[in-house]
Amino acid sequence: MKRFAGWTLASPATLLILLGLVAPVAATIYATFGTPGGPFATYQAFFSSGFRRTVLMRTITISLAVTVIALAVGFITAFVVSRAPGWLKSVLIIAAVFPLLTGVVVRSFAWLIILGKNGIVNSTLMNLGIISEPFQMLYTQGSVIVAMVYLFVPLMILTLVGVLEGIPDDLIQASSSLGAKPFATFMQVIFPLAVPGLIVGAVLVFTGSFTSYATPQLLGGEQVMVMGTLMHQQAMVTFDWVSASTIAAIMVVITIAIVLAMTKIARKLNPMAV
Amino acid sequence: MMPTKLHPALIGFTVLVFIFLVGPLVIILGSSISDTTYLTFPPQGLSLRWFENIFAMEAFRRTMMTSLQVAVISTFVALLIGIPAAYALNRHRIHLPGWLSSFFVLPVLVPELVLGFSLLKNVAYTFNAPLMVSLIVGHTILILPYVIRVISASLASFDFSIEEAAVSLGSPPLKTFFTVLLPNVQSGVIAAFILAFITSINDVSISIFMTGPGLSTLPIQLLAHMEQFFDPTVASVSVLLMLLTVGVMAVVERTLGLTFLAK
Repeated sequence: MKRFAGWTLASPATLLILLGLVAPVAATIYATFGTPGGPFATYQAFFSSGFRRTVLMRTITISLAVTVIALAVGFITAFVVSRAPGWLKSVLIIAAVFPLLTGVVVRSFAWLIILGKNGIVNSTLMNLGIISEPFQMLYTQGSVIVAMVYLFVPLMILTLVGVLEGIPDDLIQASSSLGAKPFATFMQVIFPLAVPGLIVGAVLVFTGSFTSYATPQLLGGEQVMVMGTLMHQQAMVTFDWVSASTIAAIMVVITIAIVLAMTKIARKLNPMAV
Repeated sequence: MMPTKLHPALIGFTVLVFIFLVGPLVIILGSSISDTTYLTFPPQGLSLRWFENIFAMEAFRRTMMTSLQVAVISTFVALLIGIPAAYALNRHRIHLPGWLSSFFVLPVLVPELVLGFSLLKNVAYTFNAPLMVSLIVGHTILILPYVIRVISASLASFDFSIEEAAVSLGSPPLKTFFTVLLPNVQSGVIAAFILAFITSINDVSISIFMTGPGLSTLPIQLLAHMEQFFDPTVASVSVLLMLLTVGVMAVVERTLGLTFLAK
């Protein structure tokens, strides 16, 4: 009876995910194996194209760079925020939440104004007489990375503040009163305790960057094609749905593999964690 | 107890990071009130004409209405099916399989673009379903995990013996739900509503596949406009969206406190 009640209440949500997510996505992936050239023909086509391999490698490179920078910046900032006095901590958390609740399009657009040909960086440098011609910053890998770091740093800060708050001050003081230099305390006490949070943050940022669309589209365009923009182009511009499905399948496999691998590493490093 | 002393370099770095986080948004605000026909910062002369321009442009008005409709409907549906699911997960945990709570996390795991494309290909196209329906289904799936998580968090501190007391005193299930359970998780429901609504309004990756003749959402229209024009209209639409965020944060602060979001 109780089991029945539980299932009854959970079934609408379960059915929606089953019929609206699992079935359509499975059908997309399944279709990539049913092409006339044999079950793996579309994958052979993907990996034998130099351009597509470049896109895949570029997406991985950008995502890794964004993850590493966001980890470093987010970790230091979250540590300071976690040690800030009460009122200041609230203000800083609000300042981190605000961008997070502001949409991706708006936040990427800000970087168009900053990095554009007549943008703030170029006009300032030209007014100062440092350069005479505007710098080409848009449609480069660098501009995509900067805008994505901007997108993900708040997420990293919020993920890590909670973890770092949980490290008691006594522990840090015990370490320094036993003679550890601040850097040693950081590396041997704070860092190991923060590893589970760092892994969660890294997974969120890597998978988020790897599958992003709006930011690379706006700041990278055709020149900095990534998996997301290539998939959209194949699906909606050239209407090559088989190729789009193949890219979709590769994105799903890589995303899930990263999540599983990182969860496994997190468990190994911290047997106390769930 | 003395709090840990922070090195001045760490504090300086953090200040820079927060300037980096807030600065670009200030720049959008400044550009939106410029009197020029091109985007510039600092603003040259003040004018609100770009705000008027939004409402003069049919495409922005139409997509704004579509976005609001989609966000309201999908948030409502997600709450309608998410609250019972969260309740079942907390109240009937031992009677449900362990994988079910992970199952509800699937929409976070599957890339949004893949979901959007799959809905287009295997729902809208195969079954000839209207794009609007696919769009709402996509958004509902996207926000369902947030709803279930936030409601579960507030149910975790709910004492189910109160509910049992009401039932044993003869209160019918629906009445128990509305008079005992709901008031206790009210702030969680409000937070879930807001997070869901804002996620739907801002979504690009699903909506980008669900555009067709006469159907598009505000962020997609913004993207399209940006690729063609570079005028302050986009900045003023962005400011409107930021004002929405401010309003949302004010409500969250009143109901739960914003630090809730850091947990």
